[in-house]
Amino acid sequence: MSSAADSVNAGRSVSQKRVSRPGQSSTKHYYFGAALVLLGLVLLIFVAPNLIDETRAFRLNKPPDPVQFEFKPPTFVGLAGAFYILVGFLTVLRDRLGSWTRFAAIAGVAFMPLLILAMALGRSDLSGTNVVNLLVSSLFLATPIALGSMTGLWSERVGIINIGIEGTMLGAAGIAYMTYALVGDGAERWALWLSVLVAILVGGLFALLLAVLSIRFGINQIIAGVVINLLALGLTGFLRSQVIVKSGVGTGVATPSFGIPLLSKIPVIGDQLFVGQPINFAMYLVVFLTWLVMFKTPWGLRVRACGEDPHAAETVGINVIRTRYMSVVLGGFIAGLAGAWFSLESSARFEDNMTNAAGFIALAAMIFGKWTPWGAFAGALLFGYADALQTRLQFLKVDIAGFEIPSEFWQMLPFAITILVVAGLVGRATPPAAEGKPFQASQ
Amino acid sequence: MTNGAAPNGAAPNGAAPNGAASKKITRAFSLQPILVPFYALILAVLVGGVLIAIVGVNPFTAYGYLLKGMFGSPDRIAGSIARSVPFIGSALALAVAFRAGLFNIGAEGQLLLGGVSAAWVGTWAWMADMPAIIAIPIVILAGMLGGGIWGAIPGLLRAKTGAHEVITTIMLNSIGLFGVRWLVSSQKPVVLRDIESTAPRTRPIAEGARLPTFLDSSQPNLHLGLVLLVLAAIAMALLLDRTSFGFEVNTVGLNPGAAKYAGISVNKTIVLVMALSGAMAGLAAASEVSGTSGTFQPGTFAGMGFDGIAIALLARAKPIPIIFSAIMWGSMLSGAPLMQQEADVSIDVVRIIQALVLLLVAADAIVRYIFRVKVETGNEFAASSTVEAS
Repeated sequence: MSSAADSVNAGRSVSQKRVSRPGQSSTKHYYFGAALVLLGLVLLIFVAPNLIDETRAFRLNKPPDPVQFEFKPPTFVGLAGAFYILVGFLTVLRDRLGSWTRFAAIAGVAFMPLLILAMALGRSDLSGTNVVNLLVSSLFLATPIALGSMTGLWSERVGIINIGIEGTMLGAAGIAYMTYALVGDGAERWALWLSVLVAILVGGLFALLLAVLSIRFGINQIIAGVVINLLALGLTGFLRSQVIVKSGVGTGVATPSFGIPLLSKIPVIGDQLFVGQPINFAMYLVVFLTWLVMFKTPWGLRVRACGEDPHAAETVGINVIRTRYMSVVLGGFIAGLAGAWFSLESSARFEDNMTNAAGFIALAAMIFGKWTPWGAFAGALLFGYADALQTRLQFLKVDIAGFEIPSEFWQMLPFAITILVVAGLVGRATPPAAEGKPFQASQ
Repeated sequence: MTNGAAPNGAAPNGAAPNGAASKKITRAFSLQPILVPFYALILAVLVGGVLIAIVGVNPFTAYGYLLKGMFGSPDRIAGSIARSVPFIGSALALAVAFRAGLFNIGAEGQLLLGGVSAAWVGTWAWMADMPAIIAIPIVILAGMLGGGIWGAIPGLLRAKTGAHEVITTIMLNSIGLFGVRWLVSSQKPVVLRDIESTAPRTRPIAEGARLPTFLDSSQPNLHLGLVLLVLAAIAMALLLDRTSFGFEVNTVGLNPGAAKYAGISVNKTIVLVMALSGAMAGLAAASEVSGTSGTFQPGTFAGMGFDGIAIALLARAKPIPIIFSAIMWGSMLSGAPLMQQEADVSIDVVRIIQALVLLLVAADAIVRYIFRVKVETGNEFAASSTVEAS
């Protein structure tokens, strides 16, 4: 008897927990606001007084006669501290003031990259640093991560977990460079473009393997992803030592940089922001198109329906199996392009395991963005910024009482933030409902 | 013609015409679980052979050298086994969590944290005076604790917030890697780095904390870690199949909802299992630090966690078979350099074969179709019940 009563009680406490969840989340902004106030106080009391009180500058272009914003680090950081205290209070009082305070909080968070840089300048002997250039290198380094996260989106939104992004990118990077080495002898422009195309197709092939394994054979999708990562690692390593090395084309010519017509003529920033390499630019297009197709077209709606409730989708006449195949392979094409970024754009050569966990980072960026294209893009930018910042900080030789902030700490930061996001501390991230579940068509 | 997913007919595989009797025999010897991986290995080796032939090497020569590299002499056999030892631990890390329906792909990070903890404790000043009988258990426990804590974090996150462990463990792998890299490479301030060494690594641990070796002549040497990890595998097998805790773990894995109603604390089980899982990786790392190198170097463990996933999956997440699949895996890696040196075939062929074996075991419908093996009941990987949120 008592055990039955216990189990009933257990059941009740479970259901109570479920009910109380939304209640908990409504108090979350108190913690967030308090954290912002605390941050502001720390900046104001501890950080600002310890910065060098000389003029520093954020430059918009290169040193000879730059356009720049001059400031004194203690004043700048002190003002920022005051700003965070204000935003913190606004956030705590959200219930009374209305939801516009959310924008203040977003502005506060968006301001942090610049604040970090200002603090770094306040501990450096250099008089200024180029912020546009930092943005450009962040965007460049974010390219494979943003592309990879779009791959993840196309796959997970249709209900297939894809942890094989890493392998898909690596396979595409390796086979594309092999094509380049064999076909063009490292000289001809058309061979380069052919190789990019090969990369895209190879990406599609790897994704097709994932799709066949998880849709046709219904095997665990995480295992399918592991298989792809392992296979790509072996295959590219094999091809590198057996084909690429023996072809003698160790390095080639990277994709040429070019300026976007009109936009690159904008004074001061145009020749930095709008002159670049093709895959980097293509990334913006892919993110935009992903958003457009996935959220503004009937086909995109079908894709998402298959990821949320495939049985309901089937009932209204959607061919779930075919939609899943198409969406996963489309994602694979995108990962292929990301692979080409590694071996044909950022460096014109292939090394073993050169993607170096970018596929997993892409996954993190996608989750950071709560399975939305623009959110994922923001996540990719965060990772790109962390990557670009650490080289910049090494250049600035920032030190705090003889302790140089190790680059590893900056590299760690985005991963830690992603965990906080996944754990629901910074808004809740919910994956597509039918993700990871095999689907069998009726009849 | 039926494809691989045909319903289980009465006719057994093999030559015996008497259906019922031979079915009993097959079940008694439980040949089925071995049959599919075995056929998968044959297929994968065939594909690898074709690849080798394409690059213009006689596959038989290449495989000959591979086998010679794996088991050609007593020293090579010992070296192969020694190479395989840590894989047992990293595979157990996946397997234990897998039973509870959790996908721990964080062995990579748990190995690092376990290794660095073991090395850190092993370099404490007072450890130098300790006899082996005290020093070794301390270092091993430190490794298990380090790995266990790193494993418990995703468990806690899963239990408290519902954050999926696949994601959090991937994040923790990177955080662990950067953290450990800083610990052993930082010059200013020096944290754990051996300043006398040019390579970033910790100081050598106390002599008394080194695991005794069976054989020094092999590369790497064969040490007591083998016994420790085999014992760990046996302990896990007993724990999961013979204790009430194991029953709870399996129940949570099969049906968290039912477990809840049966009065099992699902959250507590999840945290404990993840901690245990991380401890297995930590044990493997401690055994490497204390047995093989005597210092901790992050690079030693690169990829070991991901290999562990594949090894555990080959063994269907069962602790005892993991020992054998780990030895197969490690020996292939250990034998490959000789093949590269003598036959000029890239060691990555081995990686391809391994990936294909895993692929074919996971998608066993392919193997069953080709070799006409009937479907057994309960392929753990066919349905992905593991990924459902609780």
